[in-house]
Amino acid sequence: MKKLSARRRHPLAALVVLIFALAATGGLYTALAPADEAKAAKGSGSSLAIKEGKKLYAVGCASCHGTGGQGSSDGPSLVGVGAAAVDFQVGTGRMPAQKPEAQAPKKPVKYDQAEIDQLAAYVASLGPGPNVPNKSQYDPNESDAAAGGELFRTNCAQCHNFTGEGGALSKGKFAPDLGDVSKKHIYEAMQTGPQSMPSYPDSVITEKGKGDIIAYLETVNSEESDSPGGYGLGGFGPVSEGLFAWVFGLGVMVAVAVWVAARTAKAKKS
Amino acid sequence: MSTESTTKQSGGEMPRQRKAPAGERVADWADGRLGIYSLAKANMRKIFPDHWSFMLGEVALYSFIIVILTGVYLTLFFTPSMAEIEYHGSYVPMHGITMSEAYASTLEISFDVRGGLLMRQIHHWGALIFVAAMFVHMMRVFFTGAFRKPREVNWLFGFLLLVLGMFTGLTGYSLPDDLLSGTGIRFMEGAILSVPVVGTYISMFLFGGEFPGHDIISRFFSIHVLLLPGIMLGLLVAHLILVFYHKHTQFAGAGKTNRNVVGMPLLPVYMAKAGGFFFLVFGVISMLAATFSINPVWVVGPYRSDQVSTNAQPDWYMGFSEGLVRIMPGWEINIWDHTLVLGVFIPLMVLPLVLGAIAVYPFIESWVTGDKREHHILDRPRNAPTRTAFGAAWIAWYFVMLIGGGNDLWATHFHLSINAITWFVRIGFFVVPVITFVITKRICMGLQRHDKEKVLHGRESGIIKRLPHGEFVEVHERLSQEDLHTLTAHEQYSPEEIGPETDEQGVRRKVGRSEKLRAKLSKGFYGENSQVAKPTVEEYEEITSGHGHH
Repeated sequence: MKKLSARRRHPLAALVVLIFALAATGGLYTALAPADEAKAAKGSGSSLAIKEGKKLYAVGCASCHGTGGQGSSDGPSLVGVGAAAVDFQVGTGRMPAQKPEAQAPKKPVKYDQAEIDQLAAYVASLGPGPNVPNKSQYDPNESDAAAGGELFRTNCAQCHNFTGEGGALSKGKFAPDLGDVSKKHIYEAMQTGPQSMPSYPDSVITEKGKGDIIAYLETVNSEESDSPGGYGLGGFGPVSEGLFAWVFGLGVMVAVAVWVAARTAKAKKS
Repeated sequence: MSTESTTKQSGGEMPRQRKAPAGERVADWADGRLGIYSLAKANMRKIFPDHWSFMLGEVALYSFIIVILTGVYLTLFFTPSMAEIEYHGSYVPMHGITMSEAYASTLEISFDVRGGLLMRQIHHWGALIFVAAMFVHMMRVFFTGAFRKPREVNWLFGFLLLVLGMFTGLTGYSLPDDLLSGTGIRFMEGAILSVPVVGTYISMFLFGGEFPGHDIISRFFSIHVLLLPGIMLGLLVAHLILVFYHKHTQFAGAGKTNRNVVGMPLLPVYMAKAGGFFFLVFGVISMLAATFSINPVWVVGPYRSDQVSTNAQPDWYMGFSEGLVRIMPGWEINIWDHTLVLGVFIPLMVLPLVLGAIAVYPFIESWVTGDKREHHILDRPRNAPTRTAFGAAWIAWYFVMLIGGGNDLWATHFHLSINAITWFVRIGFFVVPVITFVITKRICMGLQRHDKEKVLHGRESGIIKRLPHGEFVEVHERLSQEDLHTLTAHEQYSPEEIGPETDEQGVRRKVGRSEKLRAKLSKGFYGENSQVAKPTVEEYEEITSGHGHH
């Protein structure tokens, strides 16, 4: 005890106390805080999935979408949106929404895939809607990137830009960059039309057409796509090119001019 | 032939040794036929003053040459035709797509012609830098007052080069017939259609029928490779001849007057410098083109009038016109079943005003100030606060319009609402130039006061001295004679007055409205709010006469 009191004026004493205090608070919290929602058993039975999904729904979604998915002033009705919509919205972290804003942006995903499947099963049980696509749909063995490009330019480029770099919409809404979106999620977005996006059911863009569009995006805007002309400057077209020409091009020119002008022939005696 | 005559003339004992060197013989041959000797004698010792800002025009000149050279290469492979074909070239993601021959040949240049893509990118980056260099060159001329008599005509030539450069760029940007540039042509068609009465006729005439027709690419091709560059080349030569004729301006300094030019001769010094500088400019543009992609038409896709993409913007020099249209409210008036689209027509009318302001400024300034003398000594921008403030206001105005032109990218990259940006630009269009004018003028006045302080009290040396009674003072260092000269060389003018309103007989003279306006504006230029009286010799001597007070 004497040792302790002798060191209590040590410069690091406050720090040590702080660390102890933090450790104590954190430890107490972990010990006493309510446990996470019980991890749903990976039940294969759909009725079980719906039941588990309903529990998850009641905790994470019902405050905005209503207890029965009927919607409220804070969120739209989920009757008939289908499993694909849930898989997209929750699977990209857009839902649950963090705050009311122009558009729910992509965030770190809050649920694991099993939980998302349960949520999707529950929402799908509310009314018929598009199902989660399977791999042969969103990643077909045979696809035509050129045809996909044509479809993309006709239907998507208005908002998402030529190569899906994204673009602005009115009042703070935006069409996101498609570069790092998984193939399944692109397919689901086309099927369900999340947020400001129109939906493209198979009667508008066929299953093959969707696969072609995904193949096109893979060619021009993914890690595998190559840029024969060099660094792409974001792929936003003339605005970024002009900015770069001014800042870098003209900047270097002026620097070179200053350098040349500074190296002048001097009279013998300087 | 000339060798023989030389040997004969020399006629000495050792004819072989007396033979003139080959270079001299060639020069002799040429002089006998072209008279280059007197031309060279008159011009080779032409003096150019040294300052980095005098080389900005050279950047424009050299990038123009580079653009012409690469452009010639591109014409060898480009097909200016809108005939439709199905693509089966080496770019796989376009296989089977219907496109015009112009677009297909651009793909071929990019992927199959040796060095084609590099040439395309040098051409395009070079063009962006060309117009940007013309801009900064004009800014230098403007802010230093180098446009004053006798150089007003050359200012106009430069202005025309800028405008023609913009339109050559616009036509060239349109040639690949891709979705991006096609949208640009559609935009242009919309602007033409908004002109009352004649708009539809002009559009039908230009496109040879309904948009897009089959003619526009080949027409733009002739305009882009022949008509506009031809005119520009002529103007450029005239511009350079006038530079030689007027001789170069210079900044004030010891030994530099309105009647001489102090610097280095064209040959050999400036020949070497300018030659080297050309290769540096070429090198920078090539490096840029080899590293950074520009206008990758292969991912943009061929033009189809039923398709459009976001980020459809013109190259930067046309960005201000895009901005004007984007921020303009979509007003329209319907009279007797005819629609007047003010939302497009008003921006179309503002566009020439934005550019025209550059053209007319020298004439306005010389009218306001009544200054009709020749000027070969440059102003430091701070010593002409009103002009500098005008220039800065114009640049700010232009920049606001550019923000409008790129409003979607501002929105996505700064997470803003595009509507908020539009409103910012609408208000900023009127407010920002005024604020910039006021602030710039005040900064200039502050700098003038600072100069005066420096002349009278010297430079702050950063050395703190403690006096015997305990006071601390900072030691000020006197400026060198050279610096004193530079800071006090500028002339200061008094504002134009309205002449006596009555003559000696006491008869009242009629004072016109324009005379009153001019007196008012002149006061704005040279009144006490626009310049700080520079230190006089008496003031300087009084302060520096010995006692070393601070």
